Formats: sequence, C-alpha cells, structure tokens
Amino acid sequence: MTYSYYPGCSLHSTACEYDISLKAVSDVLGIELKEIKKWICCGASAAHQTSHLLALSLPAKNLAEIEKENMTEVLVPCAACYARFKTTKYELENDPELLQDISKIIAYPFENKVNILHPLEILSNGMSTKIKQYVKKDLSKIKIVCYYGCLLTRPPKVMQFDICEYPVTMDEILKNAGVDVLDWSYKTACCGAALSLTKTDIILKLINDIFENAIDVGADAIVVACPLCHSNLDMRQNEANKLFNRNYNIPIMYFTQVLGLAFGLKPEELSLNTHLTDTDELIKKID
Amino acid sequence: MEDLLHDSFDWDFANKVQVIAPQNINLCYQCKKCTAGCPIAFKMDYSPSQIIYAARLGMKELVLNSNTIWLCASCETCTTRCPQDVDIAKVMDAARIIARKEKFRPSVKEIPIFNKTFLQNIRIFGRLYEAGLTVFLKLRTGEFKKDLDLGIKMIKKGKLKLIPSFTRIIEINKMFSRIKKLEHTRI
Repeated sequence: MTYSYYPGCSLHSTACEYDISLKAVSDVLGIELKEIKKWICCGASAAHQTSHLLALSLPAKNLAEIEKENMTEVLVPCAACYARFKTTKYELENDPELLQDISKIIAYPFENKVNILHPLEILSNGMSTKIKQYVKKDLSKIKIVCYYGCLLTRPPKVMQFDICEYPVTMDEILKNAGVDVLDWSYKTACCGAALSLTKTDIILKLINDIFENAIDVGADAIVVACPLCHSNLDMRQNEANKLFNRNYNIPIMYFTQVLGLAFGLKPEELSLNTHLTDTDELIKKID
Repeated sequence: MEDLLHDSFDWDFANKVQVIAPQNINLCYQCKKCTAGCPIAFKMDYSPSQIIYAARLGMKELVLNSNTIWLCASCETCTTRCPQDVDIAKVMDAARIIARKEKFRPSVKEIPIFNKTFLQNIRIFGRLYEAGLTVFLKLRTGEFKKDLDLGIKMIKKGKLKLIPSFTRIIEINKMFSRIKKLEHTRI
C-alpha cells in the first residue's frame, strides 16, 4: 500500500514525534508514505477566519500537487489539516462555480478527485488482524483514554468520520494492540488549542476539565491524534497546576507511539523522550 | 442593555452575513443548543445564540464589537448540534471577515493579530515557521515574557526548528493577489 503523505507544518517541527512514530508504525505494517514534494501550509484556522477563498485555495494547491503526481489517496495525520482538506473537497464538490474560481487561483485545472484519509481510518479498515499479528509487547498494564478533540469528527456531514459525539475508532485500534482502553466523557471536548498562544487563561480551564476526567477514570495517559491537542495538553500542565492548585503530570501520547510500543519498538525510536511531560514512569510499567 | 436599545438595525449587514457565511440564519428558532455546548461561552459577552439573533436583526455594532466572534475557537460543536442546520461557526467567520474589511477595532486584539501574523508567515516561508511566528507575535502584542520558558524547553528538546525553509513563495503570493482581486469585485 502506498499513500501520498501530507505531514503539515506541525509534524515537521513541534509535533516531530507524530511524524517519527507514524513512519515507524507504517514501516512495521508495510504501509509506504510518499511525501508530497513541495507541500505548503493548509492555512489552518487563520485562513478561514480571514478569507473563504484563501481557506480553500491553500489545501487545493496541495491536492492539485497530488493529482499531478498521479496519486489518488493522501494521508493527513494532523486533525486540523485533515479538516481543512476535507472541507475543501466537500465545498468544491457541491459548488462547481467555486471549483472554477479555485482552479483560476491555483492556476491548475483542479479535478478534486483525491481521497483524503486520516491514519486512524486506514488502521481501522480491515487492519485489526494485521495489528494483532505484529504485537510483541504486553501493554495490558497501562490504562489510557482516547482523546479525539474537535476536528476529526466535526462537522459530521463534512468529516464523515465515525460517530461524531462518541467516536470509537482509536479505542478499537488500541484495544487490538492489547492496551487497556478506558471509557470517559471528554473524547470530543474542545481543548481550545486555537487560542493556546493568544488566550491562554481560557484554555487552562478547558484542559483542566479534560485532565480531571482522565484522572478520575484512572487513566495513566491521554492518547491523541492531533498535534495541536498534543502540544496544548502536553505543554500547559504546569500552568493548569498553578491556576487550579492541582498536581497533574499525565503523559500525552500519539496513538502511533502507543502502537509502536506494542510492536516492540524502543521509546527513542518513537521519540517518546521529547515530550515536555515525562513518559518515563509509564514506560517503566511495561518494561 | 442601553447599548442594545441604541444600536441601529442595519438590514444590509444582516444580508451580508448571510451571503458571506453563506447561511440562512433566519432558520434559527433560538433553542440555544449552540450556547449550551459552546466550550468558550463562559468568557463571551454575548452567547452564540444571541449573536445569531442580533445578526438577524442587523445589529451590526453589537455583533462586530462583541468578543464572541473572536473568542470562538472554531470547534464546530454548535454547527454539529444545530437542529436547523445553521453552520454557526461559519457565521462567526463571516462576522470576522466583515469586521476586518470594515476596520472595526476588535475587542480581543490578540486573535486578529495572530491570524495576520500567521498568514504573513505563510507568504514569507510557504510553510509555517513556528519560531518566527512566535517572535513576530510577541513584537506585535508586546507580551515578550509570555511562554518564554516553554519556548526554551522546546528548543532544548529540539522540537522548535530554528532555521526556516522557503517553499513556493512566488506561487503563494500570486495566489494571494488573485484572491484579493476576486474578492474586491465581489464583497
């Protein structure tokens, strides 16, 4: 299996762990990722708050590049990029005039035919036996909760990803890898990552609620599929501790890192040592 | 409340919101499900359902001066749950676009500054240069000490790329100018 690969800006910088662990897990499962040669930023939240045409043109420029490379499917691990790509595809499918405008803007006769996939989708579709087959390490001692955040599932008519208010895709994948996955109430609650750099006081309340519920149900770690959720939850625990007089020190891991551990890969191969919240104690539990 | 009574009703504004979003906000029957599910409502001066109501009535000053339109985190919970299928997150985007175009002074200055800095960053580098974004943001907001400790920790962990790369910037800038021309003829 070969997919076109759009890492997005975060995975080349602050979320390098996601990029590294996704590639490591793909290697094990025989999934080949072919990075788009000259990809550009998708515009994220800043573009759609400023200009509708810009918000569609930036993802379309990348999708056009995939069409030029004669690929039909692209893997987009960042939930924010994934949402922008899916929104672009959806809106242009439903508005031929808009498709013409975008083609003019990106100077390419855009066909809008590329299928946009999140790694969770390819790992859930018929991969369960394969995942079970590659499990080498017993992870049943670690208890985790799966955090999906906003953009993977919302809005459902565009994303068409699982059940929007109660997704289970990541839970099922990690259960197949032998992890003890717990149920909780904050699967799709917003962590406010869009405001993390600008209105930090607001997001501290949101992440405090998320940590509180994760700890109440007995989780050792929160597992995510979005680099923005990750940095927001991983980096701001000390600030939440100060503001709410708490004592959080809960590892935030990408689902690809957990899968990698189950496949017997070493923590360094999955970049588990570069998070700001320490993962050492969690790793000791499985050694 | 007094402000509310003094606000004028600008039907042109009500129409503009509906065209730019593009959404039929008249379908809203004020069930307030959007407000109930909004994670940021506790910090907003007007709730999402109040903003929709005010926009329908053409209360331009109230909508564009609210902190609501800027604090909305685009989490799409409101859009997902609206029983009348109104895409409220898109109405918030439309309000921001009109506020910017008509040069309203934003009640939450950091967020439009962030958006502007982010998009300039794309025009200069093609891909987001996170270290550069943070520096430019600090210069514009004046909050030099904010998150400095986090930045240092990230550099120590090797997570913050310090040297930028440049990707397709000529093409990107051409796209920006074509969009400006198209939008000038339409909005």
